Amino acid sequence: MPIRGLRTKTTASIPRPSSPGSGEFREIEWDEAVGIVAERLRRIRASDPKKLAFFTGRDQSQSLTGWWATQFGTPNFAAHGGFCSVNMAAGGLYSIGGSFWEFGEPDWDHAKYFMLFGVAEDHDSNPIKIGLGKLKARGAKVVSINPCRTGYSAIADDWIGIRPGTDGLFVLALIHELIKAGKVDLDYLARYTNAHVLVIREPGAADDGLFLRDGEGRALSWDQARKVPADSRDPAIEPALVGSFTVDGRTCVPVFQLIAERYLDPAYSPDAVAERCGVRAEKIRQVAAELAYVAFQQAIELPVAWTDWAGRRHETIKGRPVAMHAMRGISAHSNGFHTCRAIHLLQVLLGTVDVPGGWRYRPPYPKPVPPPNKPAGKDGGKPMTPLAGSPLGFVTDPADLLVEADGTPVRLDKAYSWEAPFAAHGLMHTVIRNAWAADPYPIDTLMMYMANMAWNSSMNTSETIKMLTDKDENGDYKIPYIIYSDAYHSETVAFADLVLPDTTYLERHDCISLLDRPISHADGPGDAIRHPVVAPDRDVRPFQSVLIELGARLALPAFVNDDGSARHADYADYIVNHERAPGIGPLAGWRGKNGGDIGRGEPNPRQLEHYIDHGGFWHHELAPDERYYKMANRAYLDFAVRMGFVAKAGPIVFQLYSEPLQRFRLAARGHGAIVPPESERTRIEIYFDPLPFWYVPLEETASDGDGFPLHALTQRPMHMYHSWGSQNAWLRQITNQNKLFVHRAMAARLGLADDDWVWIESANGQVKGQISLVDGVNPNTVWTWNAIGKRKGAWGLGDDAGESNRGFLLNHAIADLLPADARGRRYSNSDPITGQASWFDLRVRLRKCAAAEEGFTEPRFKPVASPPNFEPSPRKLSFGATLRNKERVG
Amino acid sequence: MTCLPETTERQLGLAIDLDTCVGCNACVTSCKEWNTGGHMAPLTDLVPYGGDVDGVWFNRVHTYEQDDAMGGLTVHFPRSCLHCTEPACVTVCPTGASYKRASDGIELVDEDKCIGCKLCSWACPYGAREFDVDVGVMKKCTLCVDRIYNENLPEEDRVPACVAACPTSARHFGDFADPNSAVSRLAAERGGVELMPELGYRPSNRYLRPRERAEHEITIAAPPLQAVQAEGGFLGWVDRVLSR
Amino acid sequence: MHPAVSVIFFTTATGAGYGLLALLGVGAALGLLPPHLALALTGLGLALTLISSGLLASTAHLGHPERAWRALSQWRSSWLSREGIAAIFTYVPTAAFAVGWIILGRVNGWVAAAGLLAALGAIVTVSMTGMIYASLKPVAQWHTPFTLPAYLIFAAMTGLTLFNAILQVFGLGPQWLIAVAALATLGGWGFKRAVWRHDSGMENRPTLNSATGLTGGRVRSVQWPHSERNYLLKEMGYRIARKHSARLRRIAQVLAFAVPLALFAVAVFATPWAAVTACVLTVPVQLAGMLIERWLFFAEATHTVTLYYGLP
Ligand SMILES: Nc1nc2c(c(=O)[nH]1)N[C@H]1C(S)=C(S)[C@@H](COP(=O)(O)OP(=O)(O)OC[C@H]3O[C@@H](n4cnc5c(=O)[nH]c(N)nc54)[C@H](O)[C@@H]3O)O[C@H]1N2
Ligand SMILES: Nc1nc2c(c(=O)[nH]1)N[C@H]1C(S)=C(S)[C@@H](COP(=O)(O)OP(=O)(O)OC[C@H]3O[C@@H](n4cnc5c(=O)[nH]c(N)nc54)[C@H](O)[C@@H]3O)O[C@H]1N2
Ligand code: SF4
Ligand code: SF4
Ligand code: SF4
Ligand code: SF4
Ligand code: SF4
Ligand SMILES: [Mo]
Repeated sequence: MPIRGLRTKTTASIPRPSSPGSGEFREIEWDEAVGIVAERLRRIRASDPKKLAFFTGRDQSQSLTGWWATQFGTPNFAAHGGFCSVNMAAGGLYSIGGSFWEFGEPDWDHAKYFMLFGVAEDHDSNPIKIGLGKLKARGAKVVSINPCRTGYSAIADDWIGIRPGTDGLFVLALIHELIKAGKVDLDYLARYTNAHVLVIREPGAADDGLFLRDGEGRALSWDQARKVPADSRDPAIEPALVGSFTVDGRTCVPVFQLIAERYLDPAYSPDAVAERCGVRAEKIRQVAAELAYVAFQQAIELPVAWTDWAGRRHETIKGRPVAMHAMRGISAHSNGFHTCRAIHLLQVLLGTVDVPGGWRYRPPYPKPVPPPNKPAGKDGGKPMTPLAGSPLGFVTDPADLLVEADGTPVRLDKAYSWEAPFAAHGLMHTVIRNAWAADPYPIDTLMMYMANMAWNSSMNTSETIKMLTDKDENGDYKIPYIIYSDAYHSETVAFADLVLPDTTYLERHDCISLLDRPISHADGPGDAIRHPVVAPDRDVRPFQSVLIELGARLALPAFVNDDGSARHADYADYIVNHERAPGIGPLAGWRGKNGGDIGRGEPNPRQLEHYIDHGGFWHHELAPDERYYKMANRAYLDFAVRMGFVAKAGPIVFQLYSEPLQRFRLAARGHGAIVPPESERTRIEIYFDPLPFWYVPLEETASDGDGFPLHALTQRPMHMYHSWGSQNAWLRQITNQNKLFVHRAMAARLGLADDDWVWIESANGQVKGQISLVDGVNPNTVWTWNAIGKRKGAWGLGDDAGESNRGFLLNHAIADLLPADARGRRYSNSDPITGQASWFDLRVRLRKCAAAEEGFTEPRFKPVASPPNFEPSPRKLSFGATLRNKERVG
Repeated sequence: MTCLPETTERQLGLAIDLDTCVGCNACVTSCKEWNTGGHMAPLTDLVPYGGDVDGVWFNRVHTYEQDDAMGGLTVHFPRSCLHCTEPACVTVCPTGASYKRASDGIELVDEDKCIGCKLCSWACPYGAREFDVDVGVMKKCTLCVDRIYNENLPEEDRVPACVAACPTSARHFGDFADPNSAVSRLAAERGGVELMPELGYRPSNRYLRPRERAEHEITIAAPPLQAVQAEGGFLGWVDRVLSR
Repeated sequence: MHPAVSVIFFTTATGAGYGLLALLGVGAALGLLPPHLALALTGLGLALTLISSGLLASTAHLGHPERAWRALSQWRSSWLSREGIAAIFTYVPTAAFAVGWIILGRVNGWVAAAGLLAALGAIVTVSMTGMIYASLKPVAQWHTPFTLPAYLIFAAMTGLTLFNAILQVFGLGPQWLIAVAALATLGGWGFKRAVWRHDSGMENRPTLNSATGLTGGRVRSVQWPHSERNYLLKEMGYRIARKHSARLRRIAQVLAFAVPLALFAVAVFATPWAAVTACVLTVPVQLAGMLIERWLFFAEATHTVTLYYGLP
């Protein structure tokens, strides 16, 4: 396919087109463009580096971009994880030191029972499909919990059409059933989790709910053998899981006691949750029974001996063949962090994490729970000074927050503030609004990369568009300067002051690094590169290389040599020669002078050649005895230390009860040096529950449920990639109009028929689209394919294209802020713990539109004009015509 | 020759498992990709970035819902040429452009003979033939003849592009004339069906219907849970010696 | 099915042309036609114009008309091929017949034999056309015992209308010929109604269940494989609204049958001049009606592929 990239030199428009599409762009040469950016950034860095907000999207170079931001000295950096699935990442990393997303995988070869929560496609899409094929071929049972019966859910042996946002309840009801029936793997809990750690139960005390610790800070358990509190990590103890113990006059109970007490409560019984979840109690009991049956009566053993962290040899690897996977159906709700933790709790109670047949870590995971790095930039960044570390990390204590003394966020996106304390991935979805509102402070330049923030990756798109072009009373843009790198003519291009046209992934080097989002298998770590397979046919440059050049021009320490010259020629050079820690670089394969090392080793000048010779991939296969129980497997942990995945080979202990959460709760109760402002206390108190719990999604609580009775969701079409699937002429033939799928019975109740045009109205806004009736959806739910709707004029699509005329973008209806609370305060429409964007909390009602309104989507915006030299779209594609034998008979 | 061979040595075709097809369209796009450079090249696309985009494809995936006692099914349904044994698409062809090979039963179009009368597409009940307006000839699934016998490909890749691409392994390729071939056995085991048998085209492709989902063996075998009956209830049951 | 103008014109025109040709041939052989130059020129000229322009039109929808000759090769299996061959063969006796009648001015002996052969060719060709449609199992409205007779009957009917008009113009037409033409039109009408009745009551047609192999509960299409209409839908997914079709059926009946019948009645009872005018008028009116009938023949025909798209 010819590449439909931005066929233009760097385009700068001065001033920014006041109305996008005005075509005011002019072309400039790369040198000038990089010069403009360097000049601007130099000024910012010399005065107040946080005035540069640098946010990146769907790229795989966060380890470079994050490193660059660190060197620049701005805390205002994040990638797209905050609006994607940080709830999954954080929920997992704060619980089991690994997570769903693409950081773990079901044991497709051994699982007999597979539960899939809220997944339409996912990042790991081909492996999931291959895995499902394997499960089906072996006759394993596949259960999908999803309001929509499409794709994976369509082939599930059991489809549970749950009501959106209620999975937490459903899972806790399963836990209720399992605990009640004693179907819990107590040995597993005792060995690998903090179920036996003693929690101080002294209501009102400053350490109520914290772990009982000894003088050296070690958490203690009750050793039943010696009847004393003992180091919970001591392999020799016989820990109590239940009971109440008095130590030094203080009441303590093991974590598991708290778990049992909480979830045995009838409030979590199937009967109590059934209606809310839209799942019959009978069905919940059946699933619980099946889980117990497979985990405990169908247990498996691999005939492989292994040694645990404490040096004990096990003759076989025991497994409970229940595997689970979950993604955005869980995470994109404002209760997603707790729901995700609830799923991990279920997995752990059944003893199924990193065991044969269960869910498995992919190296470099597991990591300590949570990983030890804290977000840097507490001081907001100092002129001409790199941050002390990465701006992203894991908060475990209020002292780690990035807030001023009065609680004001340090970061533009308010990550690591009281509003989103565990915002491990930042909150990219708040950046445009906050920059526009100068809340908490105005910025100078917003630099974005590979995220279509003026369209499908923003909540409340219509208003976002306004904010991007809004001016203050002096006539200056409220967001003074926007630099954007895109490879295509996306909707966002039109809003930039300076566009840096990127190569596409076929035309540049990329690195899918273990330092970033790894592509490992559970059987061993792996990473990969992309390398140019076609030469660009237009004047574009890889953004990563431009960033490296900028780093050098700005003399950021890591990007220049001692003599001030550029340290790396380009990204390819960086991939090979950059070392994050001695011997550890972006790629783990073929390190060392001769390419003989893995993980750690000197940079190897021929490293990329090795990758190319191996199809772009490196993969290290773990020995059979290293592949399971990685959280406690000595051989694996030693390997992980050698590779630099973890600092020490100690066991990784699952935090079923999360002490960091409790620390915030205590702060909300006024304990400790750093406490939330009065106004934030209730919120922190409620949501920072150390054990998983369920609450009504925030939008639902705040808005009038009766007024907007339907849940509205999006799903990724398997054949399209967000907005730019439209650039592939084949894929857009499959889908260039998205419809809203409505349950047949619901439509009948609303007086709607197949193919009717309707207004989809939310408390935030409305959008118009066409409906299609189905039976396979939760009756209270409507849904559509994600990111099909386009703005007219963008992407080089014809003015009559389905995407911009009949397709629609649900995001116009999605609020980026919650309704005002009693104090008039409007929080971000996000998870209160992690800041994850709550896309799927959206509630709507449907209204049949007037006859004159039929046939076209709304809102409609002024068409954007194409940038200079944008190649017109072809009228015909005849790929392969030239490959045919020319001989033709007349 | 548009008369049909009396018998074919082999009858190659596909078995498509509707129990595992997730509707991902990988087979659709890889079919297009392979074939636009293959025997029937090109598979033209008209107005590719405009409103009435239209292209030639050999494989298309539909989505259906079916009522059943369990609350219904959603079924993804890939549709391509079924390589029929009695295909009228061949016999109606006035030019001999359409033919069925005696060696392996594959139906093909000789583009150089095709006058583009479209009659064969009328004669195909299954919509497996698509006319290339630009080139003026009829095109259809070739069962990837240019792959399955292609000596330049590694042995394991000598299967149709759609089969190679299917991530869930819902597509199986083989010889239906041989009752012991893997596809014949799979079709027999799973009760693979012919589409529209009443029309008498005797398709060789078989569709394997979704399995009876309520009858999964785990569902049948799993006993209902009982509350633990230990002394002291559940907590009493937990209160036992555990080693780390 | 997509009602392509070229095919509608082709089948209607060749039907009338072959009908007329057959009647001229048979008429000559039976001695009903005098060696009348103007009559011969008009009759054969009209027949050949209709046939040839129809055949030419039929190549208009080909992707490669320059290869049309190849269509003659597969007579052993293909009705389309046979039709082509029959059409071409029919030209041979027709040419002889024309030479005899027009140039030599005779209608007996070998000329009559040629006339009869031309008539036979015409009938065979029309039958082949009918069989093209009748043989298509995926189109239920065509794959019926009615299709072949319909083609023959309508060819005879329009041929007779033409034949009668020409003879009346030249003052050679007997009164009973008008009656015969009227009877043919009446018969055609009755037959068409019978066809429609049959079509509306068709049973045991393939369903989406059998098309997908998903036997059992009702199957509904919930998503197409593509957003826009593709070749299959453009060619075979043509749909006409019930109301629209009912109206067109009425118009077709009025034009093809009712008005011609009225005109025939006028012709029987009116003054000679009025009678000739009436008979001539039957031709354009009936052919217009038949074009609509033929349009409906395609537009109302449903192809099994549309089952896959969930179209009714
Ligand atoms: N309603 C709703 N909205 C959603 C979601 C949802 O489920 N529902 N999902 C959310 C999630 S999880 C995500 S991740 C976002 C994704 O949304 P975005 O982050 O906007 O992702 P894309 O649309 O894939 O692409 C972003 C931009 O990158 C450009 N691009 C593509 N390749 C390159 C390249 O090589 N270089 C450069 N510089 N640019 C390139 C594209 O042209 C596009 O403009 O959407 C979010 N928005
Ligand atoms: N083909 C393709 N693949 C992609 C992408 C793409 O655009 N196209 N995007 C990539 C990106 S950025 C991401 S983040 C991943 C995301 O991959 P997925 O996690 O699969 O994301 P979604 O498509 O948003 O699907 C969310 C699913 O959750 C369901 N759901 C919604 N609410 C609930 C709920 O409350 N409970 C339950 N149980 N289910 C619920 C929805 O019905 C839907 O099936 O996919 C990646 N892979
Ligand atoms: S787009 Fe790339 S990563 Fe995603 S499924 Fe396809 S090959 Fe895999
Ligand atoms: S499916 Fe259609 S094109 Fe293929 S052989 Fe059968 S009738 Fe012919
Ligand atoms: S379109 Fe081509 S292949 Fe089909 S019947 Fe006509 S000549 Fe034969
Ligand atoms: S066999 Fe080949 S041509 Fe036929 S559908 Fe599959 S990939 Fe396409
Ligand atoms: S590739 Fe396989 S799973 Fe995907 S649509 Fe085709 S048959 Fe179905
Ligand atoms: Mo995402």
